Amino acid sequence: MRQSLKDREHLLRMLALLVAAIAVFLFVRSIAVPKDYGRFGPFRASALDDIAAMPVVFAGHSACEECHSDVVEARQGSKHTQIHCEICHGPAAAHAADPTASKPARPDGRELCLNCHVINVARPADFPQINPREHGDEGPCTACHPHHHPEP
Amino acid sequence: MDRRDFLLKGGKLIWLTGSAMVAWEAVLAGEPETAPNYKLTDHWWAMAIDIGLCIGCGSCVRACKEENGVIKEPFFFRTWVERYHVPHGDIERPEVDSPNGGYDGFPEKYPPQDGSKNFFVPKLCNQCAHSPCVQVCPVGATFESPDGVVLVDKEYCLGCRYCVQACPYGCRYIDPRSGTVDKCSLCYHRIRRGLTTACCEACPTGARRLGDLKDPNDPIHEFLRDRRVQVLKPQMATGAKVYYCDLDGSVR
Repeated sequence: MRQSLKDREHLLRMLALLVAAIAVFLFVRSIAVPKDYGRFGPFRASALDDIAAMPVVFAGHSACEECHSDVVEARQGSKHTQIHCEICHGPAAAHAADPTASKPARPDGRELCLNCHVINVARPADFPQINPREHGDEGPCTACHPHHHPEP
Repeated sequence: MDRRDFLLKGGKLIWLTGSAMVAWEAVLAGEPETAPNYKLTDHWWAMAIDIGLCIGCGSCVRACKEENGVIKEPFFFRTWVERYHVPHGDIERPEVDSPNGGYDGFPEKYPPQDGSKNFFVPKLCNQCAHSPCVQVCPVGATFESPDGVVLVDKEYCLGCRYCVQACPYGCRYIDPRSGTVDKCSLCYHRIRRGLTTACCEACPTGARRLGDLKDPNDPIHEFLRDRRVQVLKPQMATGAKVYYCDLDGSVR
């Protein structure tokens, strides 16, 4: 028995090496792999919170409406009520956080309107469109169409 | 030591080393933190797009770039708008253009009433439930979140571009600033805070609307039930969750 074991000493050494290699692998793996890896699937679970922590730039129309109830009232009955404030005035999260820090833009009363309403065959046919060369006098649209309630 | 002894001792050694490591990993992992107000398993995000309402103003493209800090140069978009021009209704040969992704709107290009079909199609990541881009990522940097959004872990991304090729919808690009991939995250930072996406907030006609398929009161269920809807490239079986109403056969 003793003799046969001695013959297999080289096998024992290989086995010891294998066990050591497995131990080293598991040890390195436990350090290299983030602790939350695989919690929801094959990815780093805390990446979800990292992405969710990005700052918001557009405050959202409900944030605007909290303070600017006069504008909400002025827009009553207009076809433009579904157009959120920041579409025309630009992102306003900084303004919502501190109203004195920054003022949202006062947009151009012609460029902005034409953005949506200039004639284009690819727009839905029932969407109100104008040819700026034929309609009006090339002045600001807001001269005839009040900005928050543009219907005549 | 006889053979029996050897097998027993060797077996114990292997068993104990492995289990100790597993136990240690569990100790390292600690208690799973719980998100305070947002439960990942309570949501399954999708988007509803009504092509018949899109006027091609490019408001969504501009808002998306502002919100997500997308590089302002052309060719880098998380969302963009395409203009389709289908002469004589030949859906096999549409002319598609998207000048600067629609960022500056669409200058009139086609004459009216020339017998062609013209419309705009807003595009973005389809938030596939069985996403090809996720399947090819070699390092687990892109993944389907438990609430149904395909996201990119920028810390893990190698910039190998495999996912850029795998996406059948062309929704990914390499951000030249970081060398990592970027794509629509469905404004994940906004929806986690209870806000809608920047593009939906910026859409003047309500052509695009964010929806939560796990919320039984969400209007998206009405949209999916009452309208004729389709996803892009259904033959790819990607489980796309951006539902288009009024989708023409020429749209690729």
